Amino acid sequence: MSLDTTQEKWDLEIKPQSTLFDLHLKDVWNYRDLLWLLVRRDFVSFYKQTIFGPLWFFIQPIFTTVIFTFIFSNLAKISTEGAPPALFYMAGNVAWNYFSDGLNKTSTVFRDNANIFGKVYFPRLIMPLSIIFSNLVKFGIQFLLFLLLLAYYMFTGFNIHPNWCILLFPIVIILMAILGLGLGLIITAMTTKYRDLTFLVTFGVQLLMYATPIIYPLSSAPEKYRTIIAFNPLSGLIETFRYGFLGTGEFYPLALAYSVVASLVIFLLGLIVFNKVERNFVDTI
Amino acid sequence: MSNTIIRVENLSKAYQLGEFSTGTLSRDISRKWAMMRGKEDPYLKIGETNDRTSQGVSDIVWSLKDLSFDIEQGDAIGIIGRNGAGKSTLLKVLSRVTTPTTGSIKVKGRIASLLEVGTGFHPELTGKENIFLNGAILGMRKAEIKKHFDAIVEFAGVERYIDTPVKRYSSGMYVRLAFAVAAHLESEILIVDEVLAVGDAEFQKKCLGKMNDVSKKEGRTVLFVSHNMASISNLCTKSILLKHGMLQDFDETGVIIDRYIRSGKENQAQVMGDAINVNKTCSRANFEALRMVSGTRGITSNFGINEEISIEFEYEILEDNAKVYPSIHLLDSMGTCILSTFNGPSASLVFDEYFGKPLKRGIYKSVCKIPPYFLNTKNYSISAFLVPESMDDLGIAEQVLSFAVEETGEMRKEYTGEWWGLIRPMLAWKTDKL
Repeated sequence: MSLDTTQEKWDLEIKPQSTLFDLHLKDVWNYRDLLWLLVRRDFVSFYKQTIFGPLWFFIQPIFTTVIFTFIFSNLAKISTEGAPPALFYMAGNVAWNYFSDGLNKTSTVFRDNANIFGKVYFPRLIMPLSIIFSNLVKFGIQFLLFLLLLAYYMFTGFNIHPNWCILLFPIVIILMAILGLGLGLIITAMTTKYRDLTFLVTFGVQLLMYATPIIYPLSSAPEKYRTIIAFNPLSGLIETFRYGFLGTGEFYPLALAYSVVASLVIFLLGLIVFNKVERNFVDTI
Repeated sequence: MSNTIIRVENLSKAYQLGEFSTGTLSRDISRKWAMMRGKEDPYLKIGETNDRTSQGVSDIVWSLKDLSFDIEQGDAIGIIGRNGAGKSTLLKVLSRVTTPTTGSIKVKGRIASLLEVGTGFHPELTGKENIFLNGAILGMRKAEIKKHFDAIVEFAGVERYIDTPVKRYSSGMYVRLAFAVAAHLESEILIVDEVLAVGDAEFQKKCLGKMNDVSKKEGRTVLFVSHNMASISNLCTKSILLKHGMLQDFDETGVIIDRYIRSGKENQAQVMGDAINVNKTCSRANFEALRMVSGTRGITSNFGINEEISIEFEYEILEDNAKVYPSIHLLDSMGTCILSTFNGPSASLVFDEYFGKPLKRGIYKSVCKIPPYFLNTKNYSISAFLVPESMDDLGIAEQVLSFAVEETGEMRKEYTGEWWGLIRPMLAWKTDKL
């Protein structure tokens, strides 16, 4: 008993503190099956007992696009850089929704799952990740709608030129996912103790949409505000997305590079903060 | 390489009472500052015990304090303690739901914990979908669940409903399915909280049987928390006794259960003199003292079902030649009188020579003995009476003593479910074929 105690091999050590950068990513990988099952759960439970099922994912972008087109294009006469307004708004909307849904839902992940987190251990990161992935499914469906609209406008001979930037699309989506996830993780970690921030998030996200070139192209923003808007890491992503598919407007390589760096930094920060809070949040929530 | 599968070293866990933070932002900040410099939290006061019945000085309680023990592979360990003793906290820390404040736990192999039945079940999903989801939440890979799928369904007995959303399940089916998933985990260590309280007796027995298999046949380690001493004594070879978050004892289950029963203190085992709450005084005699005594352990208010209970009744005769008889009523926790008894020769198993005689002034002690295997595992109270021969002028002290009878595992070899009845005497049973 005396000698072998030091040499014993333990698979797991539960300690009060761990280093800041110990993110248990290996653990997350071990639980990958759970991730897929949760995504499936979200998707299946969404359309259970509905007649139209996943078709409901279409409703929201269609209505938003119609209303945006009417208000911002017909009434306010905001430029769409020569692109058909419906397509322009649909592009912005679908992309924006992916980001904002991810952010909104991940920002309450601790609170929403307090019960299950209090009863069983699994890497907490699985939950927000599953949200991002199930939103990706939803985004995929909505993106299909966008492609249909795009095809329609191309056949009817509108001024649309998809170009090489389309290849950046996967990167743009990944960046939007990790940006939303990173922000959501930071917010949910901060709101376990002081819930005040939760109230800010809902309308903060709404306001953020106006600080992002969704309903207007970056080029049409007044010169002095343009740099401020470009500080929003989403701006570069949305602009790249729209440029790639519509070919209208401009490609801002610098803005995209900035978005990449900012997203990665926020994501990493979110991971660290989340990881620090997850260890004990059960006691405070 | 030793056989130790879990090693707990100096494990402590502190909780904040009341508000979740220290109360003010400035104190929160000063605490953060102290922690950042690597100092101890200035608002944590070490040395206070966690006794929920007395108000502590600080807002922080130590739910667990300085626990150290080793658990060997293949053992079934019971965790015993009163409410608030830290059982659930220990399980939570062991199953990594929360982290310890100090100390460490080292583990070999995987831990699966079942702190609640059906964690993560989604009402809209079918039984089949929930088996996979729940299994994954508990840490199983998809392939493992597939391998055990048929066994799980069979164990739960829900073949017919496997493609029905679980929201349409009866609560019994729901619980059966949930336990079935957990029971088929392939982890080296299984932690089970008091989940068997749900479900019917037959299913409880099935669960216990399964857990027995897990530990004895499959050689896996089981940690089991329950208030049901019957289940603990049937399942667990060794047990841990917790009190106020501290490890009181770690020994053979029988020894621990015995100690647990002794440790009760909330009941009234003895009252004396003015402390006796007398409802009506008798002019000829006075209540002096009432106490409950175990043959081996002295004054106590907790008895094992296998113990003889002595009720000692001391009274002072105030006038010479008074004929006064002691009498007691045994009541259940609802106040229903189960029996009444006195020391009359025709009502007593032994002859009391003082009965019927005029007594001289002075203090007398009468003892009434309740045999073992007579009461059920319940809380009881006792009312005491001083009855003059004339039957008027009674001295009455209602419910002055209270005590609990607890399971020790005897009479429980065949049946572990709820035992009905206010008393549980051992009676003579015999069957003949006609």
